[in-house]
Amino acid sequence: MNDLLTEIWESIRRNKLRTALTGFAVAWGIFMLIVLLGAGNGLMNAFMNQGEHFATNTMAVFGGVTSKPANGYQTGRRINLNDQDVAITQSALFSGNVDKISPELFKGPYTLAFKSRHTSVYLNGCYPSLMEMNKIEMLEGRFINQNDIKQHRKSIVLAASHAIELMNGGEDYASLVGKTVTTDNITWVVVGVYKTDRTAQRVEAFAPITTMQMITNDINYVDRINFSFHGLTTKEENEQFEKTYRAALNRAHKAAPDDESSIWIWNRFTQNMQMGKGTHYIRTALWVLGILTLVGGIVGVSNIMLITVKERTREFGIRKAIGASPREIMKLILAESVSITALFGYIGMFLGMVACEVMKMTVGQSSVEFFGETIRLFVNPTVSLSISFGVTILLVVAGAIAGISPAMKAARIRPIEALNET
Amino acid sequence: MLIDLHNIHKTYDNGQPLHVLKGIDLGIGEGEFVSIMGASGSGKSTLLNILGILDNYDEGEYWLDSKLIKNLSEKEAAHYRNQLIGFVFQSFNLINFKTAVENVELPLYYQGVSRKKRNELAMSYLEHFGLADWATHYPNELSGGQKQRVAIARALITRPRILLADEPTGALDSKTSVEVMDLLTELNRTEKVTIIVVTHESGVANCTDKIIHIKDGIIGETTLNEQHQSSIFGTNTIMK
Ligand SMILES: Nc1ncnc2c1ncn2[C@@H]1O[C@H](COP(=O)(O)OP(=O)(O)OP(=O)(O)O)[C@@H](O)[C@H]1O
Ligand SMILES: [Mg+2]
Repeated sequence: MNDLLTEIWESIRRNKLRTALTGFAVAWGIFMLIVLLGAGNGLMNAFMNQGEHFATNTMAVFGGVTSKPANGYQTGRRINLNDQDVAITQSALFSGNVDKISPELFKGPYTLAFKSRHTSVYLNGCYPSLMEMNKIEMLEGRFINQNDIKQHRKSIVLAASHAIELMNGGEDYASLVGKTVTTDNITWVVVGVYKTDRTAQRVEAFAPITTMQMITNDINYVDRINFSFHGLTTKEENEQFEKTYRAALNRAHKAAPDDESSIWIWNRFTQNMQMGKGTHYIRTALWVLGILTLVGGIVGVSNIMLITVKERTREFGIRKAIGASPREIMKLILAESVSITALFGYIGMFLGMVACEVMKMTVGQSSVEFFGETIRLFVNPTVSLSISFGVTILLVVAGAIAGISPAMKAARIRPIEALNET
Repeated sequence: MLIDLHNIHKTYDNGQPLHVLKGIDLGIGEGEFVSIMGASGSGKSTLLNILGILDNYDEGEYWLDSKLIKNLSEKEAAHYRNQLIGFVFQSFNLINFKTAVENVELPLYYQGVSRKKRNELAMSYLEHFGLADWATHYPNELSGGQKQRVAIARALITRPRILLADEPTGALDSKTSVEVMDLLTELNRTEKVTIIVVTHESGVANCTDKIIHIKDGIIGETTLNEQHQSSIFGTNTIMK
């Protein structure tokens, strides 16, 4: 083993340029593979993060503008969702699939004030079940409850970031629970504080929708209806449900039952299904690209090894004449190929990981505003350790593959012909 | 007989066939010191390569140490070469990126001998050939005579029973040629190594005990030369 290493070291030492060239090809291949996988992971982690804010088996429904004339109305009529739509969603008609419901009513911005401190806030009027659907995590107190809804209480749930702001930057926001805060001229009782996610959309405070409707004079109006559902597992089932559900709401608003622009349905389940497919495609494409680059490296190593074998024909002839078996010669070439590939592959992998870290610190920190929502394009664009181990095995296999053809060529060298060459 | 050839034929076929060996019958016993002479292109090297299992033959039988050498696999051939035969070439054929001592120990590497033992043995051979000071030098730092002595040390380190030398003095001046031939003679006398030397220098042939002439692909006359008087230039000189 030691002797084999010495032989390889000698060969590398004698062929510095060749070694550098092959090494570069392999290192580049692995570097690209790692960077591509890292970037892909970053993209996909960002996707996932986006999805993580909501329970996946939910739909959100919005009012739109009619695109078909119906019941004597022209097209272009604005449809506003209302309490009746909430009732329809809750009705026996859809109870086979619909579980929990929460309408939402957005208003703002208001000036949220506590003592002399104030900040700007959007209010979101909702039902208690929104907490579960939007995966809201309470840090202190409680979320909106049924009594808040029934009694039109002026209860408010603040975001931690706002609570900290109101406490003059202090972390003891817990003491805010039970205190009163104001938005413009309305006084609220803080019932809870929820955790704010850095990557989440705009930060809002939650209040009972009934209270919101009352104080904003938007009686019988909702911006959005959210509901969770079950029993819809295929794309077809979801489409069928959406069709009948849309028809029911359209009828209530005297719009054409099949009008798709009067009622907008955002189905997070099918959305996720497509996203899953999307990430799958991205991942596959990245692997294919990476592997192709690596194959380029392998072909490079193989070619250059072939050239060395040709250059060393006489040497192999001598070795055979003094008793080297074909196996010994093959071993020499294969070991050299694997060593070069593995060594430079590791260099490439290391540089690739450094590049991933750089990406993480630069692009990974930036985000874009998208329809009022903050979206990070890259989240943790790195490759896991298990992938790195996979790459190690890949390298050894790649080196062996690259070496096979040159090794066989070397093993087939007939000493007599090799020695006749001068 | 250590070496027994019966009706060996060899034809090269590079486009048009060239019948080089046309029925060689030859026997060489253990411990003999023979030379093969003949005109250029008469097939001397071809014959020696067949003897050394570096090349195969088309017809006839080659018995080496009572084993029929025919259609051997590369692996078997390598084994016999490693165990039985040592080679010395006109152009030395040292591996030029290995030092003298590394070249000498290489055959032992293929026998699986440990690094330490290899090195010790190689050094003792180099010492014996007066090359101890050159052990860590690369071939391109050695003179022709030194290179050939390194090559002989490499050929002998496995203690082969047969030493095949193809024009071992071909690239050397007359003084060095004498030294090399003296070395071979001593090996034959003290170690009883069977030595076959291909040459077309009569002075070299004169150092051996038996001179085999090859002509037109067959063995011509065989001269016994125990007295070493064959050279027209006299004993113990090699004219260049
Ligand atoms: N590999 C080969 N392919 C084709 N022809 C060959 C090959 N090797 C040798 N020959 C031919 O076979 C003949 C005998 O060659 P060989 O080398 O045995 O001669 P030789 O007696 O050693 O000559 P010299 O004294 O010049 O070394 C020559 O005509 C040579 O051209
Ligand atoms: Mg010849």
